[in-house]
Amino acid sequence: MKELSLNILDITYNSIKAGADRIEIGISESTTGNLIEIEIRDNGCGMDDEFLRRVTDPFVTTRTTRKVGLGIPLFKQSAEDAGGTFTITSKVGEGTAVYASFQLDHLDRAPIGDMGSTLVSLIQANDQIRFIYRHKTDQGTFVLDTDELHAQLGDVPLSEPAVLSWLHAYINENLENIQGGKI
Amino acid sequence: MKSLAELQAIKEKMQNKVSLRATEGEETIRVVVGMATCGIAAGARPVLNAFLKEIEDRHLNNIICTQTGCIGICRYEPVVEVIMPDGSKTTYVKMTEDKVARVVTEHLVNNKVVQEYTIGAYEK
Repeated sequence: MKELSLNILDITYNSIKAGADRIEIGISESTTGNLIEIEIRDNGCGMDDEFLRRVTDPFVTTRTTRKVGLGIPLFKQSAEDAGGTFTITSKVGEGTAVYASFQLDHLDRAPIGDMGSTLVSLIQANDQIRFIYRHKTDQGTFVLDTDELHAQLGDVPLSEPAVLSWLHAYINENLENIQGGKI
Repeated sequence: MKSLAELQAIKEKMQNKVSLRATEGEETIRVVVGMATCGIAAGARPVLNAFLKEIEDRHLNNIICTQTGCIGICRYEPVVEVIMPDGSKTTYVKMTEDKVARVVTEHLVNNKVVQEYTIGAYEK
């Protein structure tokens, strides 16, 4: 994956498949700590210990169309290539949390990339899921909670193209504000 | 800076329009973008976003854009399926952002399949 935002998109689909109705995506960038941390936390069906142990193996997947599952191994590799760590914790019936860290100035660290497109893609097809996005940098914190969007919009769904294009611009503007244009 | 309050204005503008958007009605065209690991790695996200932008820019009220997982032809990703109101299905493969405008204009608006982008053209 060329961008961490693509890994995030991919991993969040696992949460959606796990039947979550609340998904939190957190990104923290710290220049002083030379660290990027990403966490995706859901309240989906969770995994048992046996599956959890095998889940970073590319030859383990729940899908039926083919026998490999590369989402988690790729994200793990992105983190480990960039001097970071990767962990998954999960509990059946409670949910799953995926955590990855990256050394910010590592040569092999992929850019965070276009989180606006990732969030719009997720929200577009999953109106019923509450997404809470928190992005923290040295300049500030941006929080997006789809419950707050629903409160403003009433019956109008988030999947309306006019809403999505506003949302895309809103996210980009806020991220530019806290990232100062460099990701 | 944009603020959440701006959604109120969108809401007021949309409220009379929302009823116009067919909810799986007879005239609805469905655009399905494959968004599994294979699709995402091959570039499905910009393709999906390009469709959303075209639909918004052209006010195409009869198109529903949805997403799906892996359909098993990973080497052809990004894959987009178009399902017309009569049920006919076209599978576009190796899609890019740049190909989207043509698919929208020729197929979704003028009902003429863009043959050279379809799986049939690639499998020859």
